Amino acid sequence: MSISQIIDGKRVIVKKPELLAPAGNLEKLKVAVHYGADAVFIGGQEYGLRSNADNFTLEEMAEGVQFASKYGAKIYVTTNIYAHNENIPGLEEYLRGLERVGVHGIIVADPLIIETARRVAPKLEVHLSTQQSLTNWKAVQFWKEEGLERVVLARETSAEEIRQIKEKVDIEIETFIHGAMCIAYSGRCVLSNHMTARDSNRGGCCQSCRWDYDLYKLEGDRAIALFDENDDPFAMSPKDLNLIQSIPKMIELGIDSLKIEGRMKSIHYVATVVSVYRKVIDAYCADPDNFVIRKEWLDELDKCANRDTAPAFFEGVPGYKEQMFGVHSKKTTYDFVGLVLDYDKETRIVTLQQRNFFKPGDEVEFFGPEIENFTQVIETIWDEEGNELDAARHPLQIVRFKVDREVFPYNMMRKGH
Amino acid sequence: MKKPELLVTPTSVAHMEQLAQAGANAVVIGEQRYGLRLAGEFSRQHIVDAMHVARKHGVRVYVAMNALFHNDKVDELSDYVRFLAEQQVDAIIFGDPAVLMTVREVAPHMKLHWNTETTATNWYACNYWGRKGAKRAVLARELNMEEIIEIKKHAEVEIEVQVHGMTCMFQSKRSLIGNYFEYQGKFMEVQQMKYTKGLFLYDKERDNRYPIFEDENGTHIMSPNDICIIDELEEMIDAGIDSFKIDGVLHEPEYITEVTKRYRRAIDLCVEHREQYEEEKAKLFAEIEAIQPQHRPLDTGFFFKETVY
Repeated sequence: MSISQIIDGKRVIVKKPELLAPAGNLEKLKVAVHYGADAVFIGGQEYGLRSNADNFTLEEMAEGVQFASKYGAKIYVTTNIYAHNENIPGLEEYLRGLERVGVHGIIVADPLIIETARRVAPKLEVHLSTQQSLTNWKAVQFWKEEGLERVVLARETSAEEIRQIKEKVDIEIETFIHGAMCIAYSGRCVLSNHMTARDSNRGGCCQSCRWDYDLYKLEGDRAIALFDENDDPFAMSPKDLNLIQSIPKMIELGIDSLKIEGRMKSIHYVATVVSVYRKVIDAYCADPDNFVIRKEWLDELDKCANRDTAPAFFEGVPGYKEQMFGVHSKKTTYDFVGLVLDYDKETRIVTLQQRNFFKPGDEVEFFGPEIENFTQVIETIWDEEGNELDAARHPLQIVRFKVDREVFPYNMMRKGH
Repeated sequence: MKKPELLVTPTSVAHMEQLAQAGANAVVIGEQRYGLRLAGEFSRQHIVDAMHVARKHGVRVYVAMNALFHNDKVDELSDYVRFLAEQQVDAIIFGDPAVLMTVREVAPHMKLHWNTETTATNWYACNYWGRKGAKRAVLARELNMEEIIEIKKHAEVEIEVQVHGMTCMFQSKRSLIGNYFEYQGKFMEVQQMKYTKGLFLYDKERDNRYPIFEDENGTHIMSPNDICIIDELEEMIDAGIDSFKIDGVLHEPEYITEVTKRYRRAIDLCVEHREQYEEEKAKLFAEIEAIQPQHRPLDTGFFFKETVY
């Protein structure tokens, strides 16, 4: 299948990649789908790699599947631990449950789970997790012959390598486009196991790679410091991945699914990142030859960034500029302050759920898939009973105030620092 | 009672001869172009020479091809596998399925050992790779004794367990040592220092020293202690574990030889004269402890540790 066609004298992309977003809970799932994700990956109560995330019960998954289906979106469940013997009992029942509630596929690393899913829950698509660190076309060929529908490549693969893999093997390819990354080959790091007795390959990762260390050289019995008093310590913390500039190239390579990392991230993060990439993909596919990245998209991504970002391995092996050394302050410049529940067009009054402190006089920005971003200054704020408030102080409090332009449920309100 | 194989890692062909005399049954050799974290670098000519030593002493030779390969090396794998088949090495160690595919194509009778270091964590996965062609699974180091014994009970392939030496905690494709020097603006040091031996990361909070080194496969960070369970072999021998490995990476050849001698005696006694093993094992442990390099404490790895997640 060719990627693009000439239609009415203009080239358009006919093979549009899936935009795949993370969701740590049901609310985030709904936001991701509403803001334009074609598919969402979630974790269940077991067998996933984020034991600290909220994670979904089967009932919540069923509701998520139902919600997503209204938008034509798919749900994948991460079941990508490397299991130990003790994890084997219960697996069949768990996978049957996933099939029963209608999730589309599972993301898997361990052959135990691949084959068990095939046997007991054959309707589930099986996608190979990045935990397998797939870095070459021949390994991809192996997994195709094993019958997998899709592979997620190692984050260490470059654009050129992806092109070769696509050329040689006919299988769906999923790659990461945005979010935090491992500095190690995924699945090949057990720092957590050694340093904190938490199993990184079963969801216990404590991110020891983000800590500082001192580098020494042993000469005989003496340890020589390889840093001066004023030097920053040895660090291996990678900047977060950001491939917005490479989306056109990724689409032309025919990558099937573009994945955003971050099941632990907030709904504000999910909404912001998904909506930006939605716009980039749609704009490029509609008119690839006149496409330019708009500055407002880059600015928008910055509004929810946790760390500095970099393109990592897509154009080659990253150097020191793609790591973080020394003290790095939290980067976010905006707070997520409210979620729109309703809007009355007659009175121009918004009903909004408070998510962070704000008060009359604050300049806020609204954004969402139905609207262009706009800012305005908040005037009088009322509570649900109509009492005037000096500020919206309470988390999840329902408040009302005037908004000049029309807003829609799930639109978000943010405030600059 | 079956005697497990004693598998060791020579640093050179000459050292392999010493290890054979010290009682090793098998060796892991190879070159960093294809293998991970080897004790020594063995070119093709070294492998030819090693096969002579192996035949003379009745030692088996396993060649490491367990790197994570990118496309650029895939095409040359078949040539290396063919060479190893011609030399009649006893097995190829692999992690990447690309090696398995290549062996099927060019040397279908070659024995394969599955070793990804970290992902052989349950018996089903071991048997899965067995059905794909592996004769042996090398277990992850992060398993405890109970898990190892249960895997062996269900295994349809040979099971190899590391009983001594340091283990790998981390592998990155990035040049993390080089990057640190570049960040510091010490450009002169980058090439010179990043391949230097004896580098370690110091973790103040745990007072641990983690050896770190770079090679063709990226940056590797190693465990702060050496596993030593020379005095805890009974259960695994009774369970029929097939191979005990001493990993000598980053250790001196003399040290590896001395450790091999102790384990030779420990295994022989444990199988043939259990009572004498019980009497002597503390002494064997003490003898190894006496030759430990400074800053390399001994411990029992994950054999008796509770890991949560």
